Formats: sequence, structure tokens, C-alpha cells
Amino acid sequence: MPPLAQRNLFHDKVRLTVTLTGIVFSVVLIVVQLGLFIGFTTATSGLIDHSGADLWITSKNVPYVEQGVAFSERKLNQVRAVPGVADAQKIIAHWTQWKRHDGGEESVQIVGMNVDDPLERPWNLVEGRVEDLKSPDAVFLDELYKQKLGVTRVGEVFEIGGYRARVVGFTRGIRSFTTSPYVFTSFKNAQDFTKLREDQTLFILVRVAPGADVQQVRRDLLGHVKDVDVLTSAEFSHMTTFYWMFTTGAGVAVLIAAGLGLVVGFVVVAQTIYATTMDHIREFGTLKAMGAPNSYVYKVIMKQAAISALIGYVLGMIVSVFVVQASQKGGAAILMPAPMAVGMFFLTLAMCVGAALVSINKVTRIDPAMVFKG
Amino acid sequence: MQPAIEVRQLTKKYEEGTSGTLALRGVDLDVQAGELLMLMGPSGSGKTTLLSIMGCILTATSGSVRVAGREVVGLREKDLPALRLEHIGFVFQGFNLFPTLTAGENVELMLDLKGASIAKAKKRAEELLEQVGLGEKYGSFPSDLSGGQKQRVAIARALAGDPGIILADEPTAALDSHTGRNVIEMMSDLAHKRGRAVVVVTHDSRVLNFADRIVRIEDGAVAATQESETVPAGLMVHSLPEAALGLV
Repeated sequence: MPPLAQRNLFHDKVRLTVTLTGIVFSVVLIVVQLGLFIGFTTATSGLIDHSGADLWITSKNVPYVEQGVAFSERKLNQVRAVPGVADAQKIIAHWTQWKRHDGGEESVQIVGMNVDDPLERPWNLVEGRVEDLKSPDAVFLDELYKQKLGVTRVGEVFEIGGYRARVVGFTRGIRSFTTSPYVFTSFKNAQDFTKLREDQTLFILVRVAPGADVQQVRRDLLGHVKDVDVLTSAEFSHMTTFYWMFTTGAGVAVLIAAGLGLVVGFVVVAQTIYATTMDHIREFGTLKAMGAPNSYVYKVIMKQAAISALIGYVLGMIVSVFVVQASQKGGAAILMPAPMAVGMFFLTLAMCVGAALVSINKVTRIDPAMVFKG
Repeated sequence: MQPAIEVRQLTKKYEEGTSGTLALRGVDLDVQAGELLMLMGPSGSGKTTLLSIMGCILTATSGSVRVAGREVVGLREKDLPALRLEHIGFVFQGFNLFPTLTAGENVELMLDLKGASIAKAKKRAEELLEQVGLGEKYGSFPSDLSGGQKQRVAIARALAGDPGIILADEPTAALDSHTGRNVIEMMSDLAHKRGRAVVVVTHDSRVLNFADRIVRIEDGAVAATQESETVPAGLMVHSLPEAALGLV
């Protein structure tokens, strides 16, 4: 086929610019909003997803990880006695107050774990070692929150919940969905920082033995340990994510914004492709008069839409990558996993092809006899 | 010999609200292969409607139209494009070239519609442009061509599908007399040397002497027919055919 679609598209540079601007705007808006959604989702369930546990034992009806209710740590022994349990550790995840040097206070979320156990250890360390948490009052926090918490370097001493806390290391990229940064410390310190009684814990994490059936172990745990819920990590992760993203409306807001991006892109592309089609309507009439079937004309219009989609997608992704990179230094990460980038291409293509259908509807109704009119 | 186009008792009514306009009223007409027929008549007389129906672009209200031996009245609209592609080449008053394609690509487009490969289409387009004297203009865009050159590209495009019938709507209207004459000479060659049935709608009395037959349409009906014997070839007359056909 002679390059009719390409030539029509590139013939009017201004219109092409408007079309591509619309697509790029739409792609960037959708990427940012979906990326925020994924970033938020990852942040809300990060503690659970990185815990390394198969099962989480909580008090009854705990809706999400930040809402743990204390229970007796004696249940830990009951848990360890259940067949199929390879490892079980008590964990604390709870809010408390961090006092800065300037006297100001910030809410933080304490994560207390057994430093000698692989479950729920801080990840992405950039300074310090996990073993450093064994020393009294030692804490890790994420470098993203240094400024917020008034921290400049390892070794600085602060006050958490009225107790002395000393920064021994930093992580990178462990974001909290709430405004309260995570502060990792030993279980003992966490009990002090959160004013939890010495015989209490908020969660018990379980790793099942190799070859053991997680669901069977779960049922056994429910049979042996009273007044607790036993959730798989995936379930608890989903519950936590669902709570923050949908019960609070935060997720709905970003999804709506992503949807708006799609609508805006669709309208702009539909309008410009329609205008381009109308500009060339006589040519399409000539094509039909020459004997071209409707499908041939559709191909020309679809090709225009597909080329617009491809160029718009590439430009949009270039901009998006910069935005995503820039967001890594902020509190709200925009994530763009590879499947999303691939999915965006098909979404962009679908948007442009869908927008072209408006023009196709017009072309279908062209009377080829128009070629004889003047 | 079977006519390339055979029209019998053709009527066309344009529906407008509850009433309608009868554009053609019982037209009978044959066009033979190798014949250059010119349709004349005042504006609104129905000649372009007749051309459109013969070109399988418009559907008739009643009557019979056989194109290359096939009855087209009663065919579904979706069957008409294939018939046009197979048998008919069009030349338009406004050239109707694709402005974003080069002269060569305009011709290739027709060949692409016919299913030719890229290489064959390119080679054939070069040959056709050569035949109409525009071999060196293959890569030129229509905006860089004169009116006459554009019309010759349009003729090359019409010929690309190798149709038995060429229908031209006012092909000289936008051209000066010299260029118009060249274009009509080309049409004449298509009929007389290549055996095509050529129908030209025209108001241009300067080219009438090339016609084998002139048919005057008035009020949707054939008002007069002038055979070539009364239209001396090569005579640039205004008075004879016009007077004979009642144009003046």
C-alpha cells in the first residue's frame, strides 16, 4: 500500500503535534496515576510482602497491619508446637512518637523483630548491618525520612516513646503509605517504644516447614491456638492493601484520575483523527469511487491511529520514565513494572484505534458520488 | 458485438422528504468498446447522474444497466466497488489526486487496490506515467504539477486498473484550451487505439470534434444524438455541433 496513512498524518504538522500531545499527556497521566496506585499498594503491604512469613497470626478481626491488637506472647510456644511450623517469631508493628532534636514530634511506625531471625528484617540496607540492631536502643530508618525525622547521620540519638533511640543504619526505598515512617528495631526495644507489656506481642509470623501444606498448617494453628486469626501473607497483604486503597478512598482517587487520563486522551485523539479524516474526506471518497472496499479505507485510518499510538507511546514513556525516576526521591513512589509498561502500549493502541472508530463511522457513510460534485 | 455499457429505460429518482426529483427518465444508451462518446447538456440535466450510474457509483431506481455484460441494477451496494475496480476507470474534473502522494504513488494506489505487488506496481506505474508523457515526474507531488500534468496523472491512474471503460467528468474544465485538447486527444487514443469505451461528460465545445458520438441530455432524457459523420474530426468548430445539438 502506498504510504497514504503516513503522508496524511505527517502532512499537517500542527495537527500531528496536537494529536501526539494528547496521546503523550494521556500516557503520562495514566502512567503516573497507575504508577502511584502500584506504589501505594506496594507501600501499604510492604511490611507483609517482605516479611518472609507464610502465615500471620493476629488477634481476632484485625483489619490491616497497622491495626494490630496485643495478645499474650505465650501463644508463641503453642504455635511452635504445631506440626509443620518451621519457624515462628513475634513481631510488633505499631505507631508511636519520635522526638526530634528541635523538640518537634513525628509519628513513626515501630517494627520490632527478633534480630537473629530472618523473618521481618529490614531490607535494602544502605548503611549499617541488621546485627547492629542487637545493641540496646538501636534503630534503622529509611533515608527518605532523614529530614522529616531530623536525622543526618548514623550514631545520632533521639527519643522514641520517651525512650532513648540511636540510629545505627539506613534503608533505601522502604516507604510507608501513611505519613509515619517505619523505624526498625529489636523486639525488646519495640516493646519499650510502644509501651507494650513485656509478655505481649502484636503478631506472630510463621514459616512452614518445607513440603508442609500451608493451608493444613493454618487449620492446625486455628485448632490449637485460641482467640486468634491465622492469615496467609497474601491474604493479610490483600486485606491491608484493600483497606488503605479502597476503604479510605485513596486508591479510588488515583484510579479515577487514571481513567480521566484515558478519557482525555481518547477525546483528543478522536477529535484530531476525525479532523484529519474530514480534511481528507474527498480523497477517501475518491478511493471508494476507484473501487476500494470500505476495509481498505479503514486500514488507512487505522494505520494513522496505530502510527499515532506508537509515536505517542514512545514519547509518553520517555517523559514517564523521567517522572518515575524523579519520584524515587520523594515520599510517594511512582512504580512502573515491566508488565505495566507493556500494558500501556496496548492501552494506548486501543485508545487510538477506538478513537479512530469515530472517523470510520463517518467514512462508511461517504457517498462516492461526491467525487463528481465540483 | 455486446456494448461495453448498455442502458435501457433507466430512471433515477432522488428522494427528498415526501416528494422526489426525477433525474433520469427512461434513458436508452449503448457505449461500444473503441468509442469516444460525449455527454452534453445543461447543468442539472442528469448527465452526471447518468455517468455515476454507468460507473456503478449510484444505484438506479429502475431500468437496466449492463456493464461489461453484467446487470448492475439491483446489485447490493457492497458489490459495486469490486465491479468498479474491475471494469471502470475514472477521470475527474478536479483531478482528485492524493496530494500527499507523488504522481507515481497515485498510480500505484490503483494497482495496490488491484492486488499488485509493490515491485510490480512501481514498474507499471513508471510505464503508465511514461505513456502519458510524465516519466520524469514519478516523484513529483501534485502540487508541483500543472493542471494538464495532473490530469495526465489521473488518466494514468485510471488506466492502471486496465479497465475496459473510462468515464470522465468534465476532464478539460479546469484546463486551458491547448492542454484540454491534449487531454482529449489522449482520451481519443484510449478509445480508438486501445479499444476502451470512453464516456466524457463535457461542456467544452472545443473538444466535441473528437467525439464519435455526442449525446445531449435534457431534463433527464436523451434529447439528441449526433454521430461522428456530422462532427468532422479535427475541426475546431463551435457552431456546427452546438447548432446541430441546439446548444446555441
